[in-house]
Amino acid sequence: MVTTNRYFRAFVLTLGYGFLYVPIACLMLFSFNDSAMMTSWTGFSFRWYRELFNDQALLSAAGLSLQIAALTATAAVALGTWAAYVLVRMGRFRGSGLYVGMLCAPLAMPEVVLGISLLLMFVELGGLIGWPAGNGMFTIWVGHVTLCIAYVAVVVQARIRDLDRSLEEAALDLGATPLKVFFVITLPMIAPALMASWLLAFTLSLDDVVIASFLSGPGYTTLPLEVFSRVRLGLKPEINALATLFIVVVGLCVIAASKVQWRKEET
Amino acid sequence: MRKLFVYDRPTLLRKLAIVPPFIWLALFLLVPFLLVFKISLADLRFGIPPYTPLTTLDNETLTLGIHLSSYKLLFTDSLYIATYISSAKMALVTTLCCALIGYPMAYYIARANAKARHLMLLAVILPFWTSLLLRVYAWVGILRNDGLLNNALMALGLIDAPLEIYRTDMAVYIGLVYAYLPFFILPLYASLVKLDNRLLEAAYDLGARPWQAFWQVTLPMSLPGVMAGSLLVFIPTVGEYVIPEMLGGADTLMMGRLMWTEFFNNTDWPMAAAVTCVMVLILIVPLALLQYNQASQYEPEKRRGNH
Repeated sequence: MVTTNRYFRAFVLTLGYGFLYVPIACLMLFSFNDSAMMTSWTGFSFRWYRELFNDQALLSAAGLSLQIAALTATAAVALGTWAAYVLVRMGRFRGSGLYVGMLCAPLAMPEVVLGISLLLMFVELGGLIGWPAGNGMFTIWVGHVTLCIAYVAVVVQARIRDLDRSLEEAALDLGATPLKVFFVITLPMIAPALMASWLLAFTLSLDDVVIASFLSGPGYTTLPLEVFSRVRLGLKPEINALATLFIVVVGLCVIAASKVQWRKEET
Repeated sequence: MRKLFVYDRPTLLRKLAIVPPFIWLALFLLVPFLLVFKISLADLRFGIPPYTPLTTLDNETLTLGIHLSSYKLLFTDSLYIATYISSAKMALVTTLCCALIGYPMAYYIARANAKARHLMLLAVILPFWTSLLLRVYAWVGILRNDGLLNNALMALGLIDAPLEIYRTDMAVYIGLVYAYLPFFILPLYASLVKLDNRLLEAAYDLGARPWQAFWQVTLPMSLPGVMAGSLLVFIPTVGEYVIPEMLGGADTLMMGRLMWTEFFNNTDWPMAAAVTCVMVLILIVPLALLQYNQASQYEPEKRRGNH
């Protein structure tokens, strides 16, 4: 039988997960610290949470970011699912190499490349046809959708590949049109993957600093831009409070989603 | 015959179905990048936009204005050259560190029983879902001279003076490995978990020692995962901006940061575009490898044999 070294295993996993989680734990702990310094513990307090909820700049930035994230996720899921379906089901066609390349590029491509190239295009386009008139929500949305399509396609194509095709084939045999088969049979079967990729696109958009820096315009400060402009020069305890809330909400969502997923797999 | 018609012969409708995502990607990914290349050949000027046009029509004379000044500077100035080398070095070291920490982790996650595996995998994915910016920010409080790490080490009496980590390359390495570790573990896990246990048992039955079985069976079989993970760490790291900006010192040279400075601080758009082109040039081989790796995953499913 295959055996593993127990001590080495414990060492590796403790070190690895410690590395991933200790910084998050410190951040959360010190969001309840009374002192403005993140260096010594002076007492338990909700002070920074109170300041956070009175911080108009952060709150309006959060509002804008949530809107952009929701719009981004919706568009990216539609386009990414479409692209994934084409790739898995239509096989090779002329230009499919370019297609896969363009689809996967944003997955790894440094975000600065995506940001500057889109900005330069919008500037040229603005000079050429006068549209878009200025940078703002629309331009950030385009950048985020372009980034997120790749992630959506990766998640969704894995699910489409695993599908049992006999249901779709049965529907086709019974005379349903391919379009109807897609909406009535395929779509419900890949719905969990769509949900997961929607959330993934949502969080990616909510977290992006780099693309938004290039594509944002005056009056359109997203939450990460606001946070980044505050923390690039040092520690800001109200950001600790924000991070704690963010991590708790996201963590609970991910755990809940995976619970649902496992229960499905078990039955 | 109907199935054959639907699945195997491209109809006009099927061809049209390919188009919409293609248009989006071409319009917002391919065309913008070609524009970056165009602008990298322009010269700086005052005005809007702050660069010279590629072609000018004057007195029925079409002039093509290609300026190579940005590239000349990029390939001769020692600071720029030092930046490429430094970026590549940092990305390489980060990838190696991710491999050293990530391989054993992915290995033990893949070998755990089903329930533990779900939990351990979730624990790797969870940080990926939470904000990178905020997690990198967490390191600022830990690594500063008066930060938690130095306080803890001094309280334990291990050091007398604080370690200078914050605002050095060391802090950038820590931040990069921390941020990109899940990107290495996940694809590697996917290829390790598919590994057929019977192969290992066969190796043991034939008298292989554990390290021999690992070296000759597990490692070669997991190489596609290692490859995918390494590329997903290496490529974005070369252009990383946020982490060196928040944790690095003024002398931490990275291409993403250089491009940012040229664009936002010096408003030298042609130069920023040229730096971007050089960055993509450096990344073209890793990107092609990644595409090859991904394309083999995207390979259309094998037709079932029953029709």
